[in-house]
Order: sequence, then structure tokens, then C-alpha cells
Amino acid sequence: MRTSYRKFMSHLVVALCAGAVLLALVPLAFILFYVIKQGVTAINWNFFTQMPAQIGDPGGGMANGIVGSLIVTGLGALFAIPIGITAGVYASEYRGTRLASAIRFAADTLNGVPSIVIGVFAYGVAVLPFHHFSAAAGGFALGVMMLPLVMRTTEELLLLVPASLREGALALGATRARAVFTVVLPAALPGIITGVLLALARVAGETAPLLFTSLNNAYFSTDPGQPISTLTVQVYTFATSPYPEWHQQAWAGALVLVTMVFTTSVLARVATARMERMQRGS
Amino acid sequence: MSRFDDLGFRAGTGLFGVLIIAVVIGIAGVLYTDSTAAISKFGWQFWQTDTWDPIAGDFGARPFIWGTLYSSVLALIIAGPIALGIAIYISELCPAWLQRPLVFLTELLAAIPSIVYGLWGIFVLVPFVRQLEAGTPEWMKALPLFSGPPLGLGMLSAAVLLAIMIVPFSSSVAREVLRAVPQAQREGAYALGATRWEAIRMALFYARTGIVGSIMLGFGRALGETMAVTMVIGNTPQISTSLYAPQYTMAAVIANEFAEAADELHLHALVEIGLVLFVITLVVNVASRAFIWSLGRQARPRRARHATAPAAEPA
Repeated sequence: MRTSYRKFMSHLVVALCAGAVLLALVPLAFILFYVIKQGVTAINWNFFTQMPAQIGDPGGGMANGIVGSLIVTGLGALFAIPIGITAGVYASEYRGTRLASAIRFAADTLNGVPSIVIGVFAYGVAVLPFHHFSAAAGGFALGVMMLPLVMRTTEELLLLVPASLREGALALGATRARAVFTVVLPAALPGIITGVLLALARVAGETAPLLFTSLNNAYFSTDPGQPISTLTVQVYTFATSPYPEWHQQAWAGALVLVTMVFTTSVLARVATARMERMQRGS
Repeated sequence: MSRFDDLGFRAGTGLFGVLIIAVVIGIAGVLYTDSTAAISKFGWQFWQTDTWDPIAGDFGARPFIWGTLYSSVLALIIAGPIALGIAIYISELCPAWLQRPLVFLTELLAAIPSIVYGLWGIFVLVPFVRQLEAGTPEWMKALPLFSGPPLGLGMLSAAVLLAIMIVPFSSSVAREVLRAVPQAQREGAYALGATRWEAIRMALFYARTGIVGSIMLGFGRALGETMAVTMVIGNTPQISTSLYAPQYTMAAVIANEFAEAADELHLHALVEIGLVLFVITLVVNVASRAFIWSLGRQARPRRARHATAPAAEPA
């Protein structure tokens, strides 16, 4: 009796856990289904090459938003990658030091700051003093969001590089800087690039920090000093508008975003699997 | 010579690290200096009154803090058990070949942009919730939890959407935590004749602080989530326990009004909301990380990655 009850409990918990997995996968399936179904009917070549259509007119595209997203994300990367990688090098090279722990703590803290708060911060630093919204301010906001991601990836991947590589370089008389920049960092580079790619994909899908930094722009602009349209803000504007034609365009934009996220996730997975095989093989 | 090289390298790279620390301090500083007008004008009253009238210059933020806390707690109640179940299933129960695909799918759920969740929320979830609400039996409507007209846009949609969004965060951290539990714990339980569930319970007990931490981390995410919530919660500043009532959150009011805030007081009131949101999420995140770390140095998840067998290792 007692044993059968225990066995029953055990089976019940296993079933509940499996149920939880299914329960989480249902929304994922629904979201992907709707984004693909609605997006595919709305997307075409024009979506990438044309400007948004007038209210009421079908068709048109988000060329300005797509270019804008690329520019803003690129500006963010210019800011975050050098700082993130160098800080990551410090945190892994001097990992026992108090400063390294402080940097790590700061990065984890920054990673937990809500994106909307980053937006407010970027507004205070890059919009308010210049009295106007700009693509550069949006890039700064996205850069701040990327910083902890790039720094932590770099640190973790540098720690995975076998110590023998570094020791070999040092034994040949290289300075520490030289050993890191010519031997250790290149060895970890494929992994770091993967991590940076994932970070880029994540911030490229951000909307909240851009709402009041890069704002929006009805026209085609590539000027970092001016407000710029981005794909995500465009999707937000269109989704919350009352026009069905715009809703269709919003779905098309969502499809582009999900495709981007999916592709980078798969690429990252392939790259990590390859690195693991290499490590196991050596 | 090389000693000086080393010093230069150390100082040079360290400087960039200090920049990250400076950004975090800078966020606190900027949020504070840009909200002084509201802080000095309203003081604590800001958080105790309910009027939000930008035209009259009268600001009270209590409905926003209520909406943020209520929606996040509801999301936590829905997402917590599910996240834990997923973590247990992936790390303890599922066949090895299924592990990688499942991890990939949950990570995909985490990677989908907030705006896509919001879009799906507006056009799929909200109509569904509205139908559900319209079909509420009369006796249920008498309860304060289910009172009000079936709008669809409101707390229920926001909580469900938030729950979907935070499940992957909590479950992936909880999974790492469970992997850090020494295999001997489980083997010991099995050796004493434990069933699967009893052995898992041992592992859960061993990792209890980390589990709490992982769930709290999801809570921190929910507090700061902006776009998806803004699009489905109804954006009405009111304090209500009803799941059907449209409400408002701190992040949502910043997203909606910041770009249009014309006068200084309005802007400073919004930044003050941002400041408090920053502090709340900071406290929750630091506390949850402290929980996860208190598992002990030898059992910390990151280290354990190399100790476990490769077969149980989902990249």
C-alpha cells in the first residue's frame, strides 16, 4: 500500500513535469504559428525596399526602419564591443582581484536593469544635453545593454582556453599583453564572435530603450545626429494603430525579427557544438 | 621591462572594466539628478496618492507601483511551478537525446523580442482572454477577483503574457542550479530505496536556495518588462484586485508618456518612477544572485559544468 502510493506519487510528479514542458511549448508554437501565418501573407520584396505606405493604402515597406535598426545596432556595437571585450580580458586575466569581482558584479547588475530604465538613462546622457533625439542616442542605449553580454561572454570563453597555450607564449618570452592578444584571445575568438552575434540579435529586437532616444522618423535617414526609424519602434507604432493595413505590416516586421532571432540562435548552437567537439577531441 | 608592460596592460584593460562600473553608478546618478524636481515637490506623497494629471501638474504614482507588483506577482504564481517543472524534467528526467532540443526551444522562447510578444498579445491573446472573460459564470463575477466588464485588455492578459516570457529565464537558471547538485546526493537517495520523486526531492532540498534565487530572477524580469505589458494591460491608472480590470505599470507609463512629456515636472515625475523601478529590480536581482551563490563555492553552477558527464551537458 505504502509502496504503491510512493510509486504513484513518483509517476505523478514525472507526468506533471512533462506537462510543464508541454505547457511552455504551447505558447511558443502559437506565437511562431501566428507570426509565420500573418507575416508570410504580408511580406514581400517591397517590404525591404519601400517606404511605409500612406494610411489606408495597402503595400509599402519598412526600408527606413530596417536600415535604421542596422545603423542603431551598429552604433551600439561600436560602443559595446571594444569596452566589453577589453573588460572581459581583465576579468579573466586578473580573476582573483577585487576589481575583477566588482566588474563582474557591475556587469550582472547592468544585465538586470530593465531596458526602459536604460532608455531613461540614455535620454539623460545623450538626448537632454543636445536638446534633440538622435540615432546616436539610441545606439548608446543599445550599447549599454550589450556591454554586460559581451563582457561576460569574453570572460567565460577566455577561461576555457587551455592554460598550456598561454604558458607556451610566455615561455617564448612574450609579455602578458602579447600572450593575451596574439595567442589566447584568437583561440577564443570563434566563441566570442558567436556571443557577440547573440548579443546583437538580442538588442536589435529591443524597443523600449529606443522610444525616446532614437524616437522615430517618417523619412529615410542615415544621419546619426537625427531621429531615426527602427524596425521595432515601427512595429510598435503600427501594431497600436487602428489601421488593418498597418497591422499586416507589423506582422511582417515581427516575422523579420523572429527570423533574425531564430537564425542567430541556430548559428550559435552550431558554433558551440563545434567548439565542444574540438575541446573534447583535443 | 616586462614588469612595466604588465602594469600597462593591467591598467589599460582595467580601465575599460571600470567603465562598466561607472555606467552602473552613472545610471543611478542620472536618474536621481533628473528627478529632483519631482522628489522635492512631492516627497513621499508621490507614492501615496493616485492622481496622475500631467496638465494640472499633479502626480501620484501609487497605481503604477501597484500594477507593476500585482502583474509580476501573478506572473510569478503562474510561471514559478511551470519553470520548476521544466527544470526538473530537463535536468533529471528526460532522455538524453531530448535534452538539447528542449533547451534550444526554451532558449528560443527567451530570445523572442518583447515587441513580438506584445503584437501576439494584442491580436491573439487579448481576444481569447476577452472571450474567456465574457463566459465567466455569474457566481464568479461576484468575487472581487473577477469583477468588471470583459475587456480582454487588462491584468489577466498582462500576467499571462509575462508568465510566458519569464518561464524560460527561471527554468534555465533552475536547471543550472540542479545540475550543480552532486550526483552522490541522488545516488544516496536511490541506494536507500527512494523513488524517482523522492530522489528529486532530495536534490531540490539540497539546491533550495538556488531554486528560490532562480524564481526570483524571473520576478525581476517581470518587474521591468515593458513593451509586451504596455500593449496588453490597458494603460489605466487604477488600483484594483480584479484580473479583468485594465491597469498600468511603472515601465508602461514611462514608455507611453516620456517622449511627449513637455514640462520639467512631468519629465522628472517619470524619471522618478524609473529610479524606483531601477532600485526595486536591483534589490531583487542582487538578492536572487545571493541566493544562487549561497549554494556554496564547490557547488556553484558554473564550476559544475565541467564536473558533470558530457552526456548530461546541454551546451
